[in-house]
Amino acid sequence: MTRLLACVTAIALLAPLTSTRAAAQDTSQVREGVRVGVEYQPGVRPGLVVLPGPGLDTARAIVRRDLDFSDRFEMIAVDPPGGAPGGGGAEGAGAVNYGLYRTLGAEFGVELTAAAGGLTARLHDLNAGKVRNQQTFALPPESDPGYRLEVHRVADEVARWATGTAGVAASRLLLVSGGRIYRMDSDGEGLTPLTPAGQTALSPVWSPDGQRFAYTLLGAGRGGILVQSLGSDATLQVPGTATALNITPAFSPDGRLLAYAHSDETGTDVYLVNIADRCCAQRLTVGRYADNLSPTFSPDGRRLAFVSTRAGPPQVYVMAADGTDQELLAPFDYGATGSSNAPEWSPDGANVVFHREVDGSPQLFLVDVAGRRVRQLTSSGRNEDPTWAPDGRHITFVSDRSGSRQLWVIDVETGRVRQLKTPGAARLPAWSRRLSRTAVAP
Amino acid sequence: MRATSLMLVLATAGLAAACGGKPAPEQPAPEPTAAPAPAPTPVPTDDSAERARLDRERLAREAAERSKAVAADLAAMINFEYDQATVRSTDQGTLDRKAAVLAANPNVRIQISGHADERGSDEYNLALGNRRAAAAKRYLENKGIDASRMDVVSYGEERPLNPGHDETAYAQNRRDEFQVTAGGDNLVAPQ
Repeated sequence: MTRLLACVTAIALLAPLTSTRAAAQDTSQVREGVRVGVEYQPGVRPGLVVLPGPGLDTARAIVRRDLDFSDRFEMIAVDPPGGAPGGGGAEGAGAVNYGLYRTLGAEFGVELTAAAGGLTARLHDLNAGKVRNQQTFALPPESDPGYRLEVHRVADEVARWATGTAGVAASRLLLVSGGRIYRMDSDGEGLTPLTPAGQTALSPVWSPDGQRFAYTLLGAGRGGILVQSLGSDATLQVPGTATALNITPAFSPDGRLLAYAHSDETGTDVYLVNIADRCCAQRLTVGRYADNLSPTFSPDGRRLAFVSTRAGPPQVYVMAADGTDQELLAPFDYGATGSSNAPEWSPDGANVVFHREVDGSPQLFLVDVAGRRVRQLTSSGRNEDPTWAPDGRHITFVSDRSGSRQLWVIDVETGRVRQLKTPGAARLPAWSRRLSRTAVAP
Repeated sequence: MRATSLMLVLATAGLAAACGGKPAPEQPAPEPTAAPAPAPTPVPTDDSAERARLDRERLAREAAERSKAVAADLAAMINFEYDQATVRSTDQGTLDRKAAVLAANPNVRIQISGHADERGSDEYNLALGNRRAAAAKRYLENKGIDASRMDVVSYGEERPLNPGHDETAYAQNRRDEFQVTAGGDNLVAPQ
């Protein structure tokens, strides 16, 4: 009895430590008059414990980290197997000590056990004292390059069981480092170069199906837009982009159209080309010595947000996909508000994220499309080039807050920020949609 | 010395005008290998031949130096304020000298490349560099230089001149560069 009490006390003491780490927020000072849009109430997220057990250490570590990075749970740490009180193990649900984990503040217990050709995941509802969901997932061998992505899918499904919304661990990022485009898993693992060394490649974006990406290849002051398949490496030059400077491509949600910016002596303007039929570039803006660039489609494909210098410094505007109804999207005070760039429309359509200069440093901002209210997300260091996770809640961006330019992730709901493991001087990240099993070769 | 050079230039120009009858040579000015215009000695001696050879060498040297100075005028960079693509009044003289050189050397073609400092968005800086290059081209066009002789490109912030991260470096990196792409040999100084 005394021993159990001591054990519970020890773990109860550990729990606040875990919460403190999870709550590391972007808390530095923000200029007055700007509302920092992050209001975090600790304790409203359900506690979740990944149960210790024999074997499956790699899978358990991946799942645990994915669920932590989902920012939907208070992760509760327990000792590794051995000293585990009532650890699950292969014998199944009956062995789980629901009462003990409940005492630690956990609402959910995730149990992973080895199964033929993969693993079985069980989600225990600790309050109800029963298994809420269970499923056996096929997994390739741990040495297989596709192993991690499959385990990420397990974590995403467990998150869906617990919250109704799937996680986003089974997604990937594109990024630029040293003029080369790389892809990596959402947790920073599996870094793979996609374009040759010795070039200046910029602005990668995913096709909606995750099977291709478009980017700018800069050479001798000119830029062409290329679309490359991820499986075969086959590359297509987008019609009309072989001359002059063509930058900032963006796929339409159906993957058939590509919007991009074309620069010549009269300025930079947004064009739309049908890459499915390889024809018919249509000019959407007429800048007359102003710049219009960085188009981004709304998820319904009917509108485009973009950057324009029509009023002086670059700011974020919106137009219909045929170029009509152009208007300001993110309000600004002329002469006071800093330059705004790099907009990306959220997957749920509600917000556009962009960066805006505040006292000489770019910071992340959201504008809600319906109300046109602007709120600031970051304030520590330089924070730029945001890209949405498929859940419309996490954003990867470039920040120098650690001293050098690295990729970071912010959870818009809680304000928690964390660093991604990336190569040096990483920039221009692009987050994929959730990747279906058929979409991407490992 | 300076007066002598000037006289020689005028003499050479006069000779060219007398021979070709054209106001400005279509070909770059020929090396003054033809005998210098004021050749007072009717009967050449060994001594005068040597003097003529030295004169020719000196003229060639001076022509090369003038051509170098003209090329430097053509290549001189201009700089910009932060996030601006307007030609500064202090750079108008630099562009005026380029316009004069381009007028005096109608076969010369140039490429103007716009650059930005590392602040600001990577992608926006490409558009900004393009606007900076286009601004210089428009200025030269307004000075009478044919648009087809000037090509515009942008490198954004991808090719900094100074790798530093301070205002001195930024100021140097916000620039237009001017590169001769054709007709750059034997540049003629503007009148």
